[in-house]
Amino acid sequence: MNRFSVARRIASNIHGFRSVQRTLCSNTGVKIPDLVSEKEPLAEPELAYDIPQYDIAIVGGGMVGMALACSLATMPLTKQLSVAIIDSNPALVNNFHIRKEDPPDPRVSTVTPATISFFKDMGAWEFVQQHCHAYFDKMQVWDYTGLGYTRYNARDVDADVLGCVVENKVLHKSLLSCIQNSDFQKTIYSSRLSSITFPVRSSMTSSSGTSSSASGSSARLELDNGNIMYAKLVVGADGSKSCVRELARIQTTGWKYSQSAIICTVEHAVENFCAWQRFLPNGPIALLPIGEKFSNIVWSMDPKESVDRNSMSEDDFVKAVNHALDSGYGPHPQSKSFEGGNVFSWLKADSTHEGFEVPPKVFKLASQRLAFPLSLMHANSYASKRLVLIGDAAHTVHPLAGQGVNMGFADARCLSKVIAEGVAVGSDIGEVTLLKKYESERKAANITMMAILDGFQKAYSVDFMPINVLRALAFNGAQYISPLKRKIISYASGNKLLPLFT
Amino acid sequence: MASKLVMNRLRSLYRDNNSIFSTSQNQAIKWRSCQPSPINPPSPNNTSTTTSSSSVNEFELAKFSAIADTWWDAEGPFKPLHLMNPTRLAFIRSTLCRHFRKDPNCTRPFEGLKFVDVGCGGGILSEPLARMGATVTGVDAVDKNIKISRLHADLDPQTSSIEYRCTTAESLVEEQRQFDAVLALEVIEHVADPAGFCKSLSALTIPGGATVISTINRSMRAYATAIVAAEYLLHWLPKGTHQWSSFLTPEELVLILRRASITVQEMAGFVYNPLTGRWSLSDDISVNFIAFGTKPANRDEPLD
Repeated sequence: MNRFSVARRIASNIHGFRSVQRTLCSNTGVKIPDLVSEKEPLAEPELAYDIPQYDIAIVGGGMVGMALACSLATMPLTKQLSVAIIDSNPALVNNFHIRKEDPPDPRVSTVTPATISFFKDMGAWEFVQQHCHAYFDKMQVWDYTGLGYTRYNARDVDADVLGCVVENKVLHKSLLSCIQNSDFQKTIYSSRLSSITFPVRSSMTSSSGTSSSASGSSARLELDNGNIMYAKLVVGADGSKSCVRELARIQTTGWKYSQSAIICTVEHAVENFCAWQRFLPNGPIALLPIGEKFSNIVWSMDPKESVDRNSMSEDDFVKAVNHALDSGYGPHPQSKSFEGGNVFSWLKADSTHEGFEVPPKVFKLASQRLAFPLSLMHANSYASKRLVLIGDAAHTVHPLAGQGVNMGFADARCLSKVIAEGVAVGSDIGEVTLLKKYESERKAANITMMAILDGFQKAYSVDFMPINVLRALAFNGAQYISPLKRKIISYASGNKLLPLFT
Repeated sequence: MASKLVMNRLRSLYRDNNSIFSTSQNQAIKWRSCQPSPINPPSPNNTSTTTSSSSVNEFELAKFSAIADTWWDAEGPFKPLHLMNPTRLAFIRSTLCRHFRKDPNCTRPFEGLKFVDVGCGGGILSEPLARMGATVTGVDAVDKNIKISRLHADLDPQTSSIEYRCTTAESLVEEQRQFDAVLALEVIEHVADPAGFCKSLSALTIPGGATVISTINRSMRAYATAIVAAEYLLHWLPKGTHQWSSFLTPEELVLILRRASITVQEMAGFVYNPLTGRWSLSDDISVNFIAFGTKPANRDEPLD
């Protein structure tokens, strides 16, 4: 029992996965027992004094988890909360540095203006700006049939930029630096979560009254390294394979796309200022500027193809990319195909005049290639008593519009706002009525975005002439009907209003 | 008899239509007009009522033991109160921060202030006030409520310091207790003598202190929403929870508070949005409303 007597705050011994699977199989009501059976079943009264009690335990210190911590740290009503961050990633405790000489990492995010304003509010954007990042104000989307294309321009929505491409490690590091600059009470545990025990409601009726220890209504967390803590609210920010979600037995809905994505950094001869996306028969390929002469590739394809393309020589891969972004699979769209007698001419957007362009040639591969399978997943519930899910733990989307992490940041922003509202009126921050406010706000937004992205994915994975024509009409509609186009851009920029329905 | 008895929310919720309530209703003042003249003289002594009220409590207790948990079950019979709670707390926070000159951006703005929650029920209001830093005393006439409140408050170190007592506002007055702020939310519509009750609340308030009262307006809309809709159509509240005739209009409340030397400074209505399922503050005081009043710093001259 000694190992419980002192709560080691930052312990770095990382055990392997202590099979979460087996823990899940046990069917013992709310309590999920730890596998090491010689442990005492629950907090003994004399131990309760030594077990740290936090307001919030954030499981997963990735970009979204850190964004929540950072947002809490920078709001007056929440900066006094005590927060534990549980993540075995050593980068959280060893102050890592980003070397400017290195070519950009292939793991990047396209952050929308909504996310940028969130980072600015927290004071984290200034850290992002110290590193490699690239704004883009133009976007061209087209497909392999050569029937249609759309160019979006920030000018159409009176904005300066459509988005900004930033390496994930830069976003992460910026949030970490921002938290370190504040006097926020956070404790980082370098370990993995092994079990959560939620309070049993009926304990309230126990006639003895002795069961009501001071931590009686908190969730109890056990970590792989033996640390134990209590928290009023457990936040699952631990990604698409969320351990918190599984321990809390929250069901998910979703499916795998028969697609994988390859990501990598490539280099051009000239600088790229535009985001490019072309829909190919087996999935979209996107080319995003990442600063200097570098671009990022996100290429969705057949899982079989992805194995081939991941193992082919670098030169062959570069050729394949150039082929996919130029005239491979089909001709370039005709810029003026719909111009004669155009019914939409009276609604023209500014960028309508811009003809189709071929993206800049890729000249060499600047990073390793990373391949991962794609899937869509949505948690049936985001919130229950003392538990809430944010980011990929709650929803995983197709990366075709780069919306995944932006949805996660929006979750973090919303949750921190809801917690601040709760603190303002003296609520228990783990109270389900409070957390449902977060759920109802974010679920609606996330499901809409997921449906749109999934619809896109489905619409472009069919190669059938009538559908191709419809798709082309949709493209041209979007290209020529400027109010619709404005709506699409502003929705994709993180504005809440839905296209079409506003 | 129990002219000053604080009839608590929970108790009224589970009362039979015919039994106890009819007796207290006989003595309830019928507020047919704004004329404050027909106020019953408050009975000077309420300790003599112990025999009848203790039997009342025992009867209620039997019902409570079955639903002990439900005060804190956000989806249970007190759901409307849980939903309304953040809204009324927002009003209390903003008015009291202004009155006591506290920083509203602070986590515990009420640090150092003593509050009493009259008719605390399960402690739904007392606990948030304690988390906002106040030193809270919760009183309720129903012993079982106090037991539930105590048990629940002890679960959180931030609320375990709340003092819960099974007593009435009148008994606290006799004990000469005084508080910086006195809160009686959704209680006055259940008391037999609202004017006497307000006098007690005033006596509990220190000079320069604040009193906050919320209740339901005696309007046709209130009849339609609080009784017909909430009790009969939506079944949010058990039938018989509220008696329309015992509701007070805002004007009447202002008047009886003035007579108790409390000046109402601010009033707001609560409006329920059935689409979002949320309550919000508004100018519309035609159904649920909340009033914030202050007691003058020099207590000698009552206002009328």
